[in-house]
Parts: sequence; structure tokens; C-alpha cells
Amino acid sequence: MSVARTKRGQLATAGLRDAAPLFAALGDRTRLRLLARLARGPHSITRLSERADISRQAITKHLAVLMRAGLVRDTRLGRERHFELERARLDAARAYVERIGRQWDGALARLKAHVEG
Amino acid sequence: MKTTESKTGGTPSPTDRIQRSIQLQAPLARVWRALSDAREFGTWFRVELDRDFAPGAEIGGRVTYPGYEHIRFRMWIERMEPERLFTLRWHPAAVDPQVDYSKEPTTLVEFRLEPVAGGVRLTVTESGFDKLPAHRRDEAFRMNSGGWDVQVENIRQHVGR
Repeated sequence: MSVARTKRGQLATAGLRDAAPLFAALGDRTRLRLLARLARGPHSITRLSERADISRQAITKHLAVLMRAGLVRDTRLGRERHFELERARLDAARAYVERIGRQWDGALARLKAHVEG
Repeated sequence: MKTTESKTGGTPSPTDRIQRSIQLQAPLARVWRALSDAREFGTWFRVELDRDFAPGAEIGGRVTYPGYEHIRFRMWIERMEPERLFTLRWHPAAVDPQVDYSKEPTTLVEFRLEPVAGGVRLTVTESGFDKLPAHRRDEAFRMNSGGWDVQVENIRQHVGR
């Protein structure tokens, strides 16, 4: 890795150090369910509370966690707030594990050559 | 394949784990040695490790491919069940020498071996990514891009030998 790359990485890291805990936000079943519903389109709290087995208050709390993590944003539509998925953030998380996965593909290909050779 | 216990109650988060399965045309004992012998592990994983593997051992080392030799590497061996299971923990993509990763959560890497006709099915699972701080993942994400061309070249050389 070049020096330039490291420096750039550090600069960018400094800016990201206070970033919300995106991946901790994902590690919860209720929040994942909320995300799955929001993936189908923006929802109001009222609609999110329908058919849910948890209180409106609990949903509000989970939505706040998702918003802090940058996974969800809210917009005001008349008197009601609507919650909407922030797709770019989720895509970044998925891209990360895919990349580590490709590193494993490389390592396993070398292991295969190593034991079969 | 049994899923690993997770502290969040087994939440099936799509971003928490990576799993890969590969069929190896080699005897079980041969595959086990390639995983459990630190020198052999280092050969295909491209690291130089400073001591032998044993359950509970902390292993240090460094990356061996050209241009990346300054990168120190550390891992903690957990379980070694001969010819069945090998597990360890590390800090994934901990490639910035300026950063102290020691206070951060580790990921769990599991190698499971299963005899099949003509060889061994090896399943690798790395899990715990959802526990990593968000900035670390963003950083690792950037660091990894660009390193991939080197990896591809390594494989080509190794396989073509």
C-alpha cells in the first residue's frame, strides 16, 4: 500500500470516527424487520405499528437507532412523519462483507492449490 | 450447517457473516495439516507467523506479500479438534499500522472439515462483522480496494506453479 493511500485513509478515518454505529444498529431482529418493511416503501409510524407485536413507543425508539446509524431518514408529510430507507448505507455494509468474502475466495483458492499440489 | 451462537440472539443479519464452502481433492489429514500447522497456514494465507498453533495461543506475525510487509498480524486460536474443527479470532482487515485495534471486537473464523467422496469439504465462516465500529468497516472497505489485484496475481502464480 502506498503512503498516499495510508494518509488518505487516515484523513477519511478521522472524519468517520464519530460515525454512528451502523452495524450495531443492524444486529437486532426488530430493527431488521422494520428495515424489511421500509424496503417496500416509506411508512408512517401508524402504519409501522399496525400488525406489529410491539408498541408504537418501542418502534419510535428503534427508528431513532436506525436514523442515528444513517439507515433511515424521516420526512414530514402533512402532520405525519414518514420513514424511508437510506439505501446507500445498507449497500455499503453489504459491499464490505462481499469484499471480505472475495478475499476468502482468494485464500481458499491458494489453500486448494496448496493441498492438492 | 449449524449456525453459530450470536450474542444478539441469532439475528440473521445479512452483513454479519461470510461463509464459503470448498471441495478439496486431498486426504483429511493433509487438509488438517495445512490449517493447523502455522508454517503451512502461512504459506497459503500469505503471512509469516511467529509460533505454533495451540488452543488459547496468541499468534503474531506479518503479511508476506511484496509491498505489504509492514503490516503486523495477530490472531487468537480458540478450538482445535483434529480433522474436524479449527477456530480463531482476529481483527479483520487490520492493516493500518497507526491504528490500535486491540480494544475493538474481533471476528470469529471457523474452519469445519467434513470427509466426502474423494476428499474433504471445507466450510469457512467468519462472523461478528455487525459488532465492528462503523468507521472501521468504512476504512477497511477503502483499504481493501486496490489490494485485490495483488491477490489475483498471487493465486495465478500459485496455481500456475
